[in-house]
Amino acid sequence: MAETLFEKVWNAHAVRRLPSGQTQLFVGLHLVHEVTTPQAFDMLRQHGWKVAYPDRTFATVDHIVPTIARRRPFLDVMAEEMTAALERNCRDAGIPLWTLDSANQGIVHVIGPELGLTQPGMTIACGDSHTSTHGALGAIAFGIGTSQVRDVLASQCLALDPLKVRRVDVNGRLAAGVYAKDVILTIIRRLGVDGGVGFAYEYGGSAIDAMSIDERMTICNMSIEGGARVGYINPDETTFEFLRGRPYAPAGEMFERAARWWRHMASDRDAAYDDRVTFNAASIEPTVTWGINPGQSVAVSEPIAAVATDEAFAFMGFTPGARVAGTRIDVAFIGSCTNGRLSDLEAAARVVRGHRVAPHVKALVVPGSQAVARAAEARGLHEVFLEAGFEWRGAGCSMCLGMNTDRLEGQQVCASSSNRNFKGRQGSPTGRTLLMSPAMVAAAAVAGEIVDVRTMLDEVPA
Amino acid sequence: MPGQPAPIQKVEGRGLPLRGHDIDTDRIMPARFLRAVSFDGLERHLFEDDRAADPAHPFNDRRYAGAAILMVNRNFGSGSSREHAPQGLARAGIRAVVGESFSEIFQGNAAMLGVPCFTASHDAIEQLQALVEWAPETVIHADVESGVVTAGTVRVVTSLPPALRDSFVSGQWNPTAMLLDRFDQVRAIAAGLPYLNGFR
Repeated sequence: MAETLFEKVWNAHAVRRLPSGQTQLFVGLHLVHEVTTPQAFDMLRQHGWKVAYPDRTFATVDHIVPTIARRRPFLDVMAEEMTAALERNCRDAGIPLWTLDSANQGIVHVIGPELGLTQPGMTIACGDSHTSTHGALGAIAFGIGTSQVRDVLASQCLALDPLKVRRVDVNGRLAAGVYAKDVILTIIRRLGVDGGVGFAYEYGGSAIDAMSIDERMTICNMSIEGGARVGYINPDETTFEFLRGRPYAPAGEMFERAARWWRHMASDRDAAYDDRVTFNAASIEPTVTWGINPGQSVAVSEPIAAVATDEAFAFMGFTPGARVAGTRIDVAFIGSCTNGRLSDLEAAARVVRGHRVAPHVKALVVPGSQAVARAAEARGLHEVFLEAGFEWRGAGCSMCLGMNTDRLEGQQVCASSSNRNFKGRQGSPTGRTLLMSPAMVAAAAVAGEIVDVRTMLDEVPA
Repeated sequence: MPGQPAPIQKVEGRGLPLRGHDIDTDRIMPARFLRAVSFDGLERHLFEDDRAADPAHPFNDRRYAGAAILMVNRNFGSGSSREHAPQGLARAGIRAVVGESFSEIFQGNAAMLGVPCFTASHDAIEQLQALVEWAPETVIHADVESGVVTAGTVRVVTSLPPALRDSFVSGQWNPTAMLLDRFDQVRAIAAGLPYLNGFR
């Protein structure tokens, strides 16, 4: 019978039906970071449980670690304490850990694919909702809470209910200046921030097929912002070429055997879906959020429709019918697990080159991983940013969630390439976040206000 | 401390109406309170920024002090997977949530703490919220198996995902022991996965 990738992966990892009726699902790869795990390790100790599969568990630090002054001990005592706790826990359990002094350190969802740990057909779990990112390589990846982290540490399994699958097709070609970020913001606006509850989103269609793995990761990353805990894209030649030669990917003859299995795990052509929706890529424009959830967005050329709650308008200072273009910004943030990879920095640098950041704007670039930083530096991108007046920081989550000292202050307005514009998200209870593509953030940094990046791309041919 | 598994057949207590859609976990528990290696004391920081911005916020309202059942609207607990959000609620004495809909991760995280998240229609929630706003002393009864929630003369039917419902009723909502129970089967699945066995 024809099956989706979701069904194939689920069935291959289903251990048994639990007495509760849930499925016991084996987790092929468990990724661990410093913020959502110390309590889980404590619970294990309290019960006398051991980590079941330390060789299928990998750890890094990203959420709270500083992006400047990165020498130990950190000046931020909580960052130091949480990092030290993870070091102890990983040492005791025999879990590989990449801290700031490791070349592999970075945002957990950036380094998994980068190292080749993330592979098609796997189940993946991590105590972070953006674990959906890994679906870009054809994995089924679940964001989980700390009690579930405990379960995965103890048993390498989760107790879950299966999901329905919605096929989301994006067909046609994206116009210049329109990026994967604009696609996913448009999808979330149409399907709603809770439209995906109970579903895994399978993205496909010619526009998705044409995307790089970096771009696919941007799409899958924000599935959770549309309510879908899981998002994925069927593995194809782009996926295989991405994985070839990566440190944890199979090598040599084993790679060819792997690719055969990966191909077999992709959704069958005649697989049945619980729902289908289609988007026309050509109609998607550079998109910016104006409200307090990622579904409240608008094409940069369009007025804000008066459909949302007063709460969002009051908090953000917009009025129905207004345009986001022309909004003065205070901060520009390029980074995060959504848009902190090399191609994101390249797209932003293309806009920035030859310009200066507006004098009133604080602008920072935070590479998603140390490997991204090295690759960008090898191409001289850091110099483009530094010469323009951006700060060039060390890898981490940084201002996406404001857990370290990278935060908004007061009512600052931030043009951000991250994933959430929730109230208080970037560290100031009254701070205001406008989500957009890295190129749009770069354009806003230069102009000092929200502008349509297409007007700047005309000057510099790609 | 939440998390000691025992059968949960019903939840009784006073209500706390919290109106609004898409209330995300950053609002329930701002990220700066995740800067800790334990969950202790999180109940003090529930909705800290929303409460500071709005003196009339229901979590500031002394009429609802000691409430056990939170009443919310659509897509409650969206966003971050931080268990700190339901941990804070559970530690503040919330033992059930009734709402129009929930984020899946939040509903699952709450279940792991023995806190059922019941869903009901917009009208049902509106009735419950309005009743409790009018008469905060009303004792609400939520029956897990049938999903029937009564408050004074109001009776509404709610639902839970069947597996979660059964796990509350049987006391198996904290699954680690179950997951470890038949570990031979776990090893057998691992032994059959191509990527753990050289893709042979």
